[in-house]
Amino acid sequence: MSPGPNPDYCEHFNALGEQLPGAGSAWVNHARRMALAQFDQQGFPSPRDEDWRYTNVSAIEKKRFKPLITSGDAAADADWLNRYRLTDAWSLVFVDGRFSARLSDIHDLPEDVTVQAMSAALANPPAAVEAEFGRVVGQTSRHGFVSFNTAFFTDGVLLHVPADTVLSRPVQIIHVASQPEAATNLRNLVILECGAQAALVETHLSMESAGSLAVSITEAVIRERAQLDGYLLHGASQRAFRFGGFYVDVGTAGHFTHTNLSLGGLLVRNEIHVDLAESGQCALDGLFVGQGRRHVDSHTRVRHRGAHGTSRENYRGVLSDRSRGVFQGRIVVEPQAQKTDAQMNNRNLLLSDEAEIDTKPQLEIHADDVKCAHGVAVGQLDPESIFYLESRGVDPVSARNMLTFAFANTLVDGISLAGFRDIAQDALLALFPEAGIRKDWL
Amino acid sequence: MMLDIENLHARVEDKPILQGIDLQVSPGEVHAIMGPNGSGKSTLSHVLAGRSGYGVTGGTVTYRGQNLLDMAPEERAREGVFLAFQYPVEIPGVSNIYLLKAALNAQRKHRGESEVDAMDFLRLVKEKIRSLDLDEQFLYRGVNEGFSGGEKKRNEILQMAILEPKLCILDETDSGLDIDALKVVADGVNALRTAERSFILVTHYQRLLDYIKPDFVHVLAQGRIVKSGDASLALELEKKGYGWIEQEMAAVA
Ligand SMILES: Nc1ncnc2c1ncn2[C@@H]1O[C@H](COP(=O)(O)OP(=O)(O)OP(=O)(O)O)[C@@H](O)[C@H]1O
Ligand SMILES: [Mg+2]
Repeated sequence: MSPGPNPDYCEHFNALGEQLPGAGSAWVNHARRMALAQFDQQGFPSPRDEDWRYTNVSAIEKKRFKPLITSGDAAADADWLNRYRLTDAWSLVFVDGRFSARLSDIHDLPEDVTVQAMSAALANPPAAVEAEFGRVVGQTSRHGFVSFNTAFFTDGVLLHVPADTVLSRPVQIIHVASQPEAATNLRNLVILECGAQAALVETHLSMESAGSLAVSITEAVIRERAQLDGYLLHGASQRAFRFGGFYVDVGTAGHFTHTNLSLGGLLVRNEIHVDLAESGQCALDGLFVGQGRRHVDSHTRVRHRGAHGTSRENYRGVLSDRSRGVFQGRIVVEPQAQKTDAQMNNRNLLLSDEAEIDTKPQLEIHADDVKCAHGVAVGQLDPESIFYLESRGVDPVSARNMLTFAFANTLVDGISLAGFRDIAQDALLALFPEAGIRKDWL
Repeated sequence: MMLDIENLHARVEDKPILQGIDLQVSPGEVHAIMGPNGSGKSTLSHVLAGRSGYGVTGGTVTYRGQNLLDMAPEERAREGVFLAFQYPVEIPGVSNIYLLKAALNAQRKHRGESEVDAMDFLRLVKEKIRSLDLDEQFLYRGVNEGFSGGEKKRNEILQMAILEPKLCILDETDSGLDIDALKVVADGVNALRTAERSFILVTHYQRLLDYIKPDFVHVLAQGRIVKSGDASLALELEKKGYGWIEQEMAAVA
């Protein structure tokens, strides 16, 4: 391959070659090589790209993180991990992008349901994987993180649920980055056949010292009447970089819900893109918390391409210190998507003069008989509420902390998956230790 | 003396609102304050509770021998001053029971007492909430979140019942209540009446005073207490409105 602007990545790819999953499969190799060529040309996204206007990732470009092939499995301390583990779930744990059988639990799966590490799945890829891999992301996002991930992914999860099967437990993906200066790439594929139902929980973490880049891309195909509930908790250390993409294709009368809790990392971008067919529904909730010098970007896109679809979006941001938050929410209603009902809301709490929020809702409506609304709010804590708490004996500092926590907690409180809600609440409390919120009182 | 207000003047921005309030409240007494809209009743309640944004430009307020105006709002609360808000605030994300516990424990800590036992607390709260005819579910909802007007008012009384203040200031707690709820709230207040605890009831309606019999009724107009009397004054106001008092005032001036 001729060296473009990213020669060391190309060299690196050639060196890794055979060790990447699916190396024995022609179409996987082809997809990787195409992606590498594309990445070689485009590099990571630039702020000149409208979709990346508010998030400058040149720090990632400069750092030249090396895609990893070795796993630091031993570094992941099971006790620490267990705090993030759902008690009743099939769990797949990845350390530095590699599956750890030792830390995972995928026993007692129902027949016909596939929950498998991508590395294992690609040793002998089922036809459905070949048919769907790259399709959903390809119709919506083609920037450098996607091609980088496609070229370099080392593992991930394949979740395939047959028609009319309801998974009794959630599937949890836990990823731990343990090494500094490394890039890890996970690639997940979810296929829910007609009428199937599943919950997928993604938990992305990093060890304190790991100033690494974690890229994770999930494609989900939700066929007719199927339902996927996705949950994301990103709680990586203050030095971590992340790009996370979740791309979803919802079939007729299908249903997708997603809760995005972006609570950690230094430079973070999450994309959630959903395509809705006729009568499809989606509900996207999100909370991003910026502290210190964090930059956290939530980029959502809902495309209504069939009639009678419903979308709900509710994102909240809490920004303090010198942090910066970005919310870009785009709703596209195609001409044929009559009777669409779309609502988007983004509320932000700015707790410091130096914190910043860029919020940009966009409605792009090409049909005439639709109901679309969006609302944005940026504000500080309400003095009336502070006084109300003070008048009940709460000191002003605690009152402010309680209100800040409350603002964020409304989102966490609304999470229907109880086990995840509990873990999320712990993670949220850990972000506001000075608030002195008593978990046992909540 | 529970509360001694002397010649209190307060303003909002440049606008004088309280223009020389005098009011003495002894332990165990119930004082009703009535008066036209905008006369300064809520302002007085807020100034007593320590809300910022008001400039006290003259006068003194002594609460149980202490200079009340020198105390931070949370200190006043911990020392036993309670304001039931005319418009209680909604705080989604913090449960009602959480706030009750935080408030009670802040007060106990202030008195050098240990944290309330979780089981005792739950028992106490459940007993009180039943007596206010509120479902237990209200404990686990966000503070006042989505409560109806009447539910919010009952919730204020619930907080009051848990905190057992020494001086209770109720700012139009009866407004917006239906007849049954009014009775429930009045019962709640009456249950708290003791020889030590004092009440200031701000109200527009004689009806509340049928249930909670005041020792004194005051008329606040244009930032001053212009007339005081016993419970019969409220009846007279109900019949005649405020016009005649304003005429009396005009005649004096
Ligand atoms: N923050 C403020 N800024 C400007 N004016 C204010 C403010 N707060 C109160 N006022 C004014 O002070 C006056 C007294 O208001 P207050 O709320 O104390 O009246 P009130 O007697 O409680 O009336 P109501 O019976 O309607 O509740 C009103 O004219 C009101 O507009
Ligand atoms: Mg008032």
